[in-house]
Amino acid sequence: MIEVRNVIKSFEGRTVLHDISCVFEKGKNNLIIGQSGSGKTVLMKCLIGLIQPDSGEILYDGRDLLKLKTPDLKMLREEIGMLFQGSALFDSMTVMENVMFPLTMFSNLITIEREKRAQFCLERVNLHGAEDRFPSEISGGMQKRVAIARAIALNPRYLFCDEPNSGLDPQTSILIDELINDITKEYNITTIVNTHDMNSVLGIGDNIIFLNKGQKEWVGNKDQILTSSNEALNNFVFASPLFKSVKKAAVSEEFAKEFPNG
Amino acid sequence: MPLVKSVSTLGSYVLLMKKVFSVPERWSVFFQQFIREVCKLILDSIWIVVIISIFIGAVITIQTQLNMSTPLLPRYTVGLATRDVLLLEFSSAIMCLILSGKVGSNIASEIGTMRVTEQIDALEIMGVNSACFLILPKIAALVIFIPILVILSMFTGILGGYLVALTTNVISVSTYIYGIQTAFIEYYVFYSLQKSLVFAFIIASISSFYGYSISGGAIEVGKASTNAVVISSIFILLFDVILTKILLQ
Repeated sequence: MIEVRNVIKSFEGRTVLHDISCVFEKGKNNLIIGQSGSGKTVLMKCLIGLIQPDSGEILYDGRDLLKLKTPDLKMLREEIGMLFQGSALFDSMTVMENVMFPLTMFSNLITIEREKRAQFCLERVNLHGAEDRFPSEISGGMQKRVAIARAIALNPRYLFCDEPNSGLDPQTSILIDELINDITKEYNITTIVNTHDMNSVLGIGDNIIFLNKGQKEWVGNKDQILTSSNEALNNFVFASPLFKSVKKAAVSEEFAKEFPNG
Repeated sequence: MPLVKSVSTLGSYVLLMKKVFSVPERWSVFFQQFIREVCKLILDSIWIVVIISIFIGAVITIQTQLNMSTPLLPRYTVGLATRDVLLLEFSSAIMCLILSGKVGSNIASEIGTMRVTEQIDALEIMGVNSACFLILPKIAALVIFIPILVILSMFTGILGGYLVALTTNVISVSTYIYGIQTAFIEYYVFYSLQKSLVFAFIIASISSFYGYSISGGAIEVGKASTNAVVISSIFILLFDVILTKILLQ
């Protein structure tokens, strides 16, 4: 579980995160959603320690990220897996070397064991026959899967995904969402997904935090989001006619449940 | 304001170097990276060093001959002057200026691209000291092997002069060989190698710094690459003066 307490972050006098407090639960897909510029990337960067907040606490199962000494911070980082928006695979390494990289750096496994583990991770993300190819030789969807395989290589306790569906076709997006969901449940890890893909929100959103202008506007899950009366949330989530009709259907269903006799 | 910016940049450079000079997480990985950098930065530079040195050696021989037509100077002075120009200045300073263009831009653009594509962030999040992992093998490769390239440049430059003597009537081969053996001061070679060590560090560290400090996109990578070459060239020339003053006087 990751707990965020009263996090504030400003850049050159402009406050980007206003006193954010929230909880990201273990074994759940925790989604951070919001418009571009709402502060979700800054929040995620604060969570993983790439940006230092001005004040507040970020607790990883009780360990305050901002107060950890270098060796403890290093240990914590080994428990974190991260899927970047652009996959961030190492260009100079093959797919296999990319997945083996965290194992080479942080495990005491011998080469054969590392290869075995990397192969297992690649199979887990349904990627076969691409081991010897370089990232530039595989598709965007395959790159994302390699990045997930690399992220889970060390059995992380926390998985961060920054816009995992960006640049992918709808079918591949669903596959990536399913993969993230399966891994979260299977390994019982705390997964945080930064997204503005509404299919992801309605598909895997166990716990959703909606940021609006740097403030936590709404918290709920994928079922509650359909019937929420929060205007900013509704304007953001149900902006397209397709999602408006989904919302309308959900509200009608809710109404019918509450008032079965009309 | 430019002074404040310069001091701030210097501070960032020092902090980065502090991060670079730490114990690598895995020595085996460090050596792998080191070998990779040697292949990429040094072996790929051999051809340019050889070609430029041969031609410059040839040109120095021809020009020295043209400018020393007085009978008061012995003919072998051409060989002697060619050797000393190569040993004292060309093979260390000028060759390192050329290498700063080739190797420096390569380093800055490689690290810069890794920065903009979040590969450096990925390393940091994994708990890897990205500065040490990426920059230390480059500095080690250049500091160890650029002096060897300098020695290669000295030999091939002298060979260029020899080829001129062999194929033209500018100077006879025997006079040229006599010239390059006359009044040879061994210290000039060590002086040149000492300079090249400093220049190698300047090329690797400044180029890495500019690549590592990028924020933005592809345009910034181009800018960083240019800045890396310009700034490392300026520092090579500055330290050339300082080291010449210290080591030769």
